[in-house]
Amino acid sequence: MGALGDIGYGLLAIAIGIAVSLGAYKGLDLLVNLFSEELQKKIRALGFLLPAALLLVVVLLVPLVQTFYLSFTNKTGKEFIGLQNYVDLFTSPEFLGILLNNFLWIAFVPAITVAVGLLVATLGNNVGPRREKIFKSLIFMPMSISFVSAATIWSFIYVYVPPGRPEIGLLNSIVVALGGQPQPWLIIDTARFNSFLLMIIIIWLQAGFAMVLLSAAIKAVPEETIEAARIDGANTVQVFFQVIVPQIRATIMSVFITVLILVMKIFDIVLAMTGGQFNTSVLGFEFYKQFFLNFNTGAASAIVTILTILVAPLMWIQIRSARKQEALR
Amino acid sequence: MKSFFDSIRKYKIASTLGLLVLVAIWSIPTVGLLITAFRSKDSASQSGWWEALINPLGQDWSLAAFTTVLERDGMLQSLISTIVVAVPSTVLPILIAANAAYAFTFIEFKGREWIFGIIVGLMVIPLQAALVPVLRGMVWLKKNLGISIIGDYPGAWIVHATFALPLAIYILRNYMMTLPVALIEAARVDGASYYQIFWRLVMPMSVPALASFAIFQFLWVWNDYLIAFIFVGDERTVMTYRLLRLLGQYGDGWQNVAAGSFLSLIIPLIVFFSLQRYFVRGLTAGAVK
Repeated sequence: MGALGDIGYGLLAIAIGIAVSLGAYKGLDLLVNLFSEELQKKIRALGFLLPAALLLVVVLLVPLVQTFYLSFTNKTGKEFIGLQNYVDLFTSPEFLGILLNNFLWIAFVPAITVAVGLLVATLGNNVGPRREKIFKSLIFMPMSISFVSAATIWSFIYVYVPPGRPEIGLLNSIVVALGGQPQPWLIIDTARFNSFLLMIIIIWLQAGFAMVLLSAAIKAVPEETIEAARIDGANTVQVFFQVIVPQIRATIMSVFITVLILVMKIFDIVLAMTGGQFNTSVLGFEFYKQFFLNFNTGAASAIVTILTILVAPLMWIQIRSARKQEALR
Repeated sequence: MKSFFDSIRKYKIASTLGLLVLVAIWSIPTVGLLITAFRSKDSASQSGWWEALINPLGQDWSLAAFTTVLERDGMLQSLISTIVVAVPSTVLPILIAANAAYAFTFIEFKGREWIFGIIVGLMVIPLQAALVPVLRGMVWLKKNLGISIIGDYPGAWIVHATFALPLAIYILRNYMMTLPVALIEAARVDGASYYQIFWRLVMPMSVPALASFAIFQFLWVWNDYLIAFIFVGDERTVMTYRLLRLLGQYGDGWQNVAAGSFLSLIIPLIVFFSLQRYFVRGLTAGAVK
């Protein structure tokens, strides 16, 4: 199919898709109206909820349970083998290395992202609205870039060329200018150095997100509290850590959790930068590898089940904070 | 806050310098990409991009990389595919989520809080956790019933729409709760049906929240690799997929990788810079994924 055909197909599909979904809601409304007044009250909500509920159950909830079941099956997903997948995973040094990588990502990325976001938000507060707007836009900009694009962008920094050819990687050029030897950076797995290079990319992508939320929170801190502290003789650093930070703690937590969830699921960056080689693999990538390269349904399901179980406690925090927000209204 | 800012005005210069350094570090990678995209193959392999910046006249500038990736590498076709994936994947979840959020906000029903709690919880679930059975289900549909939503756009639309629902419902409900209930009750008294109230009152009043979620979802879908890779497949590859392949062939010249990357990020950048205000408003209202 040519490009024009695709455009036509796309437009047609968009039109049909929207018409069908609009029609579905109209139809549901008419259907509900057929019933008695008394019954209508009871099923009224269904007219608006049914499509969402259907999708969530069929494409999300049921598959979730199925994945859990598949994690106890073999490569083809047809034969029940009990806990074998989990036993295999947790006795494999490679998989334990993957868990270590995930742990490093979790330990460093959310905290550093929040710190950078806080730094930019605070500095931005001091420079006047016009400069603040420009600076913040530029820090925020990477948020609109895909992980794959980000990987290409950072490849220009980390690239290594064999000796004898002109140096085109920025990092190696800096190293050479400082009198060092060019290094194949992404291959160095001593102390998981290469994983840290990948983490820098995510921090680069996400710092803007942290900054936007933290900046809004800082601006909402009531002036009286700051004034009172200054009258009591607090200096700027004390004001920041003892007056401002405690008041924006909820925002700091929510940014931290959001980045944490993102980092636990991290996948594209590893795929694009190293393909999971050189000890950089993480759970999200390992799932992809087991399913699409090794065609091992059971192992892939077990890996993603482990990931879900690790994320689950955060779900509870998320529900609690949503409840709290509701209580404030 | 004003007097506080007055007292730290002396920090203004230091803060500006600090920010300049940070902004420089943050922008360098992207600048490198933009410059490389416009270099010829020879210059891109002979010297670092920063040398082109220092000596712009002594350079071989070229648009050849763009022609190469658009035609030879099919980036043009991918651009269209990406749009066809992204637009319905943005519109459909908004429509479905707005209806659901409306029910959660304005219609009393049994277990409302409880079900909403589950939806909030689902926001956290990694989408990979549902992928394998969904994929198997779609393959089954194709084999046994001949319905081919896999390997085509509808598969991606359905999956994108579903995974967007929890967040979209959450954001839109939060917003709808701030709408004046009295107005909606007055409309009820005047005999308007729930369906009419949704379309004539609630939807128009929710435009700010709908817009900020739309931007968010559009960027998300545009930048997605995994779902497009699995559900759209080889024939109608999206840009992230194509770009990943380009990155694998960097031996052909970095200028091609750069040009491909430039093409894939130009639309999100335009969307981002022109609608940044709404995007920020959405984020601060709790849009987190």
